[in-house]
Amino acid sequence: MASDPDDMKRRDFMRRSLLTIPAVSLGSSLAFDAYADNGAPALSDYQPMFFEAQEWQFILAATDRLIPRDEHGPGALEAHVPVFIDKELAGGYGRAEDWYMQGPFHVDAPAALGYQLPHTPADIYRLGIAATRRYCQQRFNRDFVTLSHEDQESVLSALEQGRPDFARLGVDDLPSATFFSFLLQNTKEGFLADPIYGGNRHMVGWKMLGFTGARASFREWVDQYDRDYPLGPVSLSGERG
Amino acid sequence: MSITRPDVDVVIIGLGWTGSIMGMELTDAGLNVLALERGGERTKEDFLYPKPADELKYGVRLKMMQRPKQNTVTIRRNAEETAVPQRHWTTFHPGDGVGGAGSHWTGVLYRATPNELALKSFADRTFEPGFLPEDMTIQDYGVTYEELEPHYDFFEKVAGLSGQAGNVQGEIVEGGNPFEGPRQNPFPLPPLPRTLTDTLFTEATQKLGWHPYPYPSANVSGAWTNPYGMQLGPCNFCGFCSNYGCLNYSKASPQTCVLDALKQRENFSYRTNCEVTRIVKSDDGETVTGVRYRDGEGNDVYQPAKMVILASFPLSNVRLLLLSQIGRPYDPVANTGVVGRNFSYQITGSIDMYFKRHQFNPFISAGGSGQVIDDFSPDTFDTAKHGFIGGSYIYTTQGPGGAIGAVKVPPRTPSWGSEWKKNASEHYGHHMMLGTTGTNMSYRDVYLDLDPTYTDPHGDPLLRMTYDWKDNDLRMTQFMAERMREIVAELKPDYHTESFKQVGDHFDPSHYQSTHLTGGAIMGTDPNTSVLNRYLQHWDAHNLFVMGASAFPQNMQHNPTGTVAALTYWSAKHIRERYLDNPGPLMAKEDPANA
Repeated sequence: MASDPDDMKRRDFMRRSLLTIPAVSLGSSLAFDAYADNGAPALSDYQPMFFEAQEWQFILAATDRLIPRDEHGPGALEAHVPVFIDKELAGGYGRAEDWYMQGPFHVDAPAALGYQLPHTPADIYRLGIAATRRYCQQRFNRDFVTLSHEDQESVLSALEQGRPDFARLGVDDLPSATFFSFLLQNTKEGFLADPIYGGNRHMVGWKMLGFTGARASFREWVDQYDRDYPLGPVSLSGERG
Repeated sequence: MSITRPDVDVVIIGLGWTGSIMGMELTDAGLNVLALERGGERTKEDFLYPKPADELKYGVRLKMMQRPKQNTVTIRRNAEETAVPQRHWTTFHPGDGVGGAGSHWTGVLYRATPNELALKSFADRTFEPGFLPEDMTIQDYGVTYEELEPHYDFFEKVAGLSGQAGNVQGEIVEGGNPFEGPRQNPFPLPPLPRTLTDTLFTEATQKLGWHPYPYPSANVSGAWTNPYGMQLGPCNFCGFCSNYGCLNYSKASPQTCVLDALKQRENFSYRTNCEVTRIVKSDDGETVTGVRYRDGEGNDVYQPAKMVILASFPLSNVRLLLLSQIGRPYDPVANTGVVGRNFSYQITGSIDMYFKRHQFNPFISAGGSGQVIDDFSPDTFDTAKHGFIGGSYIYTTQGPGGAIGAVKVPPRTPSWGSEWKKNASEHYGHHMMLGTTGTNMSYRDVYLDLDPTYTDPHGDPLLRMTYDWKDNDLRMTQFMAERMREIVAELKPDYHTESFKQVGDHFDPSHYQSTHLTGGAIMGTDPNTSVLNRYLQHWDAHNLFVMGASAFPQNMQHNPTGTVAALTYWSAKHIRERYLDNPGPLMAKEDPANA
């Protein structure tokens, strides 16, 4: 496997795209190799459609913390979660093509009344990443991607709790917790949606859970109580795991 | 550009369950029927395996649903709040396209109980005067269970209903729901096979002295040919049910049960991507002349018709009546008018139990599979003692299918990182849910009207919903929570979590509640308190009939589709047998008792 050309590309990718990440971060990223395989395009070959270069680095690093590779299995990077998010944001979801986006926008309406911001999901990422990077500059005097895992996690926790005030970082009408909730939700979607959307590569997310994907036929299993289902998942395109 | 199309006998607005049924009934009567569907075409080819097995597309991005961009609703909890739009669906899932909500429903097919159809009469003879809150506006439907029974029976055959009858011609049958109204026939098909959650629920509730029975399911248990010659195949528990089209021709829907038969009829036609914007009133003040709609090319079309059947989703029915200025809009302050009055919803709650010792394989799941008790229905116990009118069924169903929506972690688990992964992986497959689905009474200050600010892309006002939970209903759901804790105590899970509304809570539409929205264009026997007479005929325009759960004066505990369909057949019968030969009001406004 070490001599496989894809594998070489992967190593090359790490050299290029993780160039600025300090050595402490590289431990988990090296685990790419454990999930290297023949024939499938590597993350390093992916040309983002929505994200700019520095945004892409942020997404790679952030999703790697949200679903890290660890003793419980592959993480967001092995699953190509960043590819999923990029494709979603470049498409109809990113544009909020189904959403009602006419004003007026009562951004201070009670949270119970649901989403009331004027931003599309694509806007939320663009603005949220910019504000988070500024927050890291103020707090650490460094970019998010160059922080240690521990510091990255502390930034993500701060976002989750809505602590950074994005308005003071030049981004209006976007609570930091809202940006985080989109990032986390889409990361989980990318880990667990059918691989047809670019993430959940080789169905690693489904294998972690024990979900069967598009198998979708269980009549003879309904009354077999407490037995582990023996077959792995299948995807919409017919891949078997 | 404005176009006038050739006259038809009947125009049906919306081609879901009720539009399809009316299509069959009125083409049977020899009429020339045209259906106009706002959404796109949707045929069984759209549901071929493996297309529906796509959780992101259907379960998360909700691609079977009406697009909020095209039309949504604004919501406020009280008249002092500013209503804001549902910008993407969270609290409910209105359908879209051919088949409507009938394409993506769960497939739980119930009847109303005799007392629920006459709830006000039941309350008057059951409770002390003054027990009901002053602002509660519950009413009788104006149609009785006995009158609807043949229509429930027929629709259950159309849908291949699978389950166990509990009351056949007055005889209580073991294993069925002993609290249901009498049926003339057993279910068309036997129950679905029992899952592990079904068996655990059954054992626990029997020990508690209650009466579990299988969910009445329109995901069929065996091969079935319905009265229209349409065929269904046995459900394979694929795990992609509620929010999805059926990949196995097992879930009753307009597509699987009606439309392919209807489309063969020469006197039926339909047009998709045609959004009706107004029902047009006649100068005589007693009828309508047809509809105006916007077609897929953006043309403004006038479609004349001798009769109009309004058969869209309840919210759309009410909005179109208000936009068309047919019937007097409800004013909650003056307590006048009717259109928008008695809007109600559904009170739900749940418990999630974790068992390390059990493997539930939650991907093995059918929407209509489950076990239920009706021991705590509005008329099966002394609710007054507990301070409320109403009731709720308590159930379990195995699932959910899917992965994104199926991750469960213990309380206080971080929502990301290694701890989340570890817990998500360890807990998947070990959860069992208990749910409660309960009545929601109607109230004077809960209603629908047109929003003063927000509009659809054509500039027409959106519908505005003014809705909040009320103490009576919250006390009811708290009572159910206590009963469900008794089931938990029997089952002894490793731990459990609860999600119930508390007294004092306010409506939270940022989370999914239910798609069982009812009322706003209710039926009854008094034109001062209902939009429709008891035949679903509009009091103010005798050639306009309005189908759907918008006719319910308050919401019942059971799922609405069975009653919606039965009411449609009931209305069709009176159109065919009485109205066509002698068009005019089927009930006199002045003296409803003599109608």
